[in-house]
Amino acid sequence: MRQKAAAAPYILWMIIFILVPLALVVMYAVTTPDGQFTISYISQVGEYAPVLVRSVWLAFVATVICLVLAFPLAFIISRRSSNSQRTMIMLVMLPMWMNFLLCTYAWMTILEKNGLINRFLANFGIGPLEMINTQGAVVLGMVYNYLPFMLLPIYSVMTKISNSVIEAAQDLGANWVGVLGKVLIPLSIPGISTGVIMVFVPSVSTFVISRMLGGGGNLLIGDLIDLQFLGNAYNPNLGAAISLVLMVLILLCMSITNQFGGEDMEGVIK
Amino acid sequence: MSEKNIVSLRNISVDFNDEPVLTGLNLDIRDKEFVTLLGPSGCGKTTTLRIIGGFVDPKEGDVFFDGVKINDLPPHKRQVNTVFQRYALFPHLNVFENVEFGLKIKKMPVEQRQALVREMLDLVNLKGYDHRNIEQLSGGQQQRVAIARALVNRPRVLLLDEPLGALDLKLRKEMQIELKRIQQSLEITFIYVTHDQEEALTMSDTVVVMKDGNILQVGTPQDIYNEPKNAFVADFIGESNIVDGVMHQDCLVEFAGKKFECVDTGFDKMERVDVVIRPEDLKIVPPEDAQITGTVESVIFKGVHFEMVVDAHGYKWIIHSTQSQQPGSFVGMEVIPFDIHIMKKMEAGR
Repeated sequence: MRQKAAAAPYILWMIIFILVPLALVVMYAVTTPDGQFTISYISQVGEYAPVLVRSVWLAFVATVICLVLAFPLAFIISRRSSNSQRTMIMLVMLPMWMNFLLCTYAWMTILEKNGLINRFLANFGIGPLEMINTQGAVVLGMVYNYLPFMLLPIYSVMTKISNSVIEAAQDLGANWVGVLGKVLIPLSIPGISTGVIMVFVPSVSTFVISRMLGGGGNLLIGDLIDLQFLGNAYNPNLGAAISLVLMVLILLCMSITNQFGGEDMEGVIK
Repeated sequence: MSEKNIVSLRNISVDFNDEPVLTGLNLDIRDKEFVTLLGPSGCGKTTTLRIIGGFVDPKEGDVFFDGVKINDLPPHKRQVNTVFQRYALFPHLNVFENVEFGLKIKKMPVEQRQALVREMLDLVNLKGYDHRNIEQLSGGQQQRVAIARALVNRPRVLLLDEPLGALDLKLRKEMQIELKRIQQSLEITFIYVTHDQEEALTMSDTVVVMKDGNILQVGTPQDIYNEPKNAFVADFIGESNIVDGVMHQDCLVEFAGKKFECVDTGFDKMERVDVVIRPEDLKIVPPEDAQITGTVESVIFKGVHFEMVVDAHGYKWIIHSTQSQQPGSFVGMEVIPFDIHIMKKMEAGR
C-alpha cells in the first residue's frame, strides 16, 4: 500500500501530462474542427508516405551509424582505468552541455557553401562541395546530437562485463569474432536496445535538424507535424493524425527491437 | 605421470608497469602431473599461469608446449583450458550452454556435443542442472560448471587459478578430493595456483613454492614439508619455529644458547644458519631433563592438539602437544636431532 501511495505524484503527473494529451491527440485525429467523427485525416496521412519513409530511413541510418560508432567506443572506454573512464565519459557528454540549437547552428557554419570546410578545401582548388541541405547532413546532425544516447547505455552495460569472461571465451577457443558474437554482443543487448530506442525515436520525429541542415528538400515527418500546428498550413486535426500514425510506427519499431532482446540474437550474429 | 615435459618455461621475465613480476623463471611440468604453484599473494603464481594460458606475454623467455615454442600462439589456439578465479561463467547462458561453449566454437556435431556435455556434467555431479541459470547456482555449483566447461574440451593441460578460494572450508575440502579424483580419472595435467599450503599438500604430485617472482623449491609435498630448502618455505608450509643458529661443524649446531646434535652436513664452519623446528616436534619434558626451558605464556585449544607459546629467554617457541600445561608454569622442551632442520640463510633481497 505504501509503495502505491509513494507512486501517487508520478501517477498524477502521468495522467495530466501524458494520458490526457494522448487522448486529446487521438480525439483531434478522428474529428473534424466542428467536432464530427471522421477518419479522413488519418487516411490523408497516406499522401505523406514518402516523407514518412524518408524519416524512418534517415533515422534508421543514423541509428545504425550511432551503433557502429558507439559499440567499439563503449568497449574501449569500459576497459580503461576508472579515472580515465570518467574523463572519457565526460568528453562524450560535453556536447550535451551545450544548447542543442547552438550545436546544430555550428554544423551549419561548418557545412555551408562558404563554410569552414569549403573554404579550407578552396585553398587546394577543390569544391565547393554540396554538403548542407543534403540527407547526409541531416544524418550527420542526428548522429552528432544523439550519439551519447547510444553510447551511455551500452557503456553502462559493458562496465559490468568482466575481462575474465572475455578471457574465458578466448580460452575456450573463440577468436575475436567469436568473442564479439557469442559474448560481447549478447551481453550488451540490454544496452544496445535501450540505445537504439533512445536514438531512433528522437531521430524519427526531429524537425530542427532537418530544417537547419536539410534545407527545404528534406522535409521530415516532424517538420510536417510542426507545419500543421505552427506553420501556414494550420490544420491541427491532420497534425494529430500524423502524430498518431508516427506513434504507432514508433511502437512497432520498439516492439521489433524488443524482440531482438531475446535469445535469438545469437542466430542473427552467426 | 610420465617423464615427458608437457609445459616448459625458460628464462621467463615479466614486468607490469616497470615492476618486475617474474625474473628469469624456469619451470618444467611433466605430463599428467598435478602441479601446484604455491606462494603468498603477489609472488607471481597467477602471472605464471596466465603466461601458460596465453593471456600474458613474457617480456623475455620462451614458453614450450609439448616441445613446441608457443610464445606467439593466441589463447584460443592453445591446447589448454582455464578455470578462472571467480569462475567467469557466461551469465547469458544456462549451465548446459556454458559447458557446451567450447565444443560449439569447434563446430562439433550436435549429438556428439550433447553427449559430451552430459557426460561431463555427470562427472562433476551436476546431472539435471542443464537448464538452470548461472545466478541460481551456489558457489560450489558454479565452480563445478566452470570445471566442466574447461574439461569438456579435453585440454592437454588444465589451469586452475585459486578455484576454491571463494568456497567455505567444508566445501573446499570436498572439492579438493573431487578435483584430485577428476584429475586421476581423466589423466590430464593440472596446474593449480593457490596460497593455501594445506590445499597444495593435499592434492599435488609436485609443489612449486614461489616468492617475489622466483621459484624457491620444487618437490613432492613430503619433500617440501620435511625438507624445506629455506626458512621461508618452512614457514610458509605449516607453522615453524625459526631461530638463528651457528653451525659449529657437521652435525653440530648452536642455537638458543646451547649446542645441539643434528643430522645436517655441508655447511661452512661457523656459518650463520636458520634453524627450523616444527611445533609438533618439540616435546614437553620436566625442566631438569630439558634442552631448552621457558615459561608457558599461553595455551590455545585447537581441537586435535593444544597450541602453546613458551617464552625462553625472549624467543617465543610454538609447541603443539596433546597435553596442556598451566600458563605461567616453568617447563622444559626437547627435540631429537632428526627434527632439527638447518637451512642456509636466504640471500639479502630475496
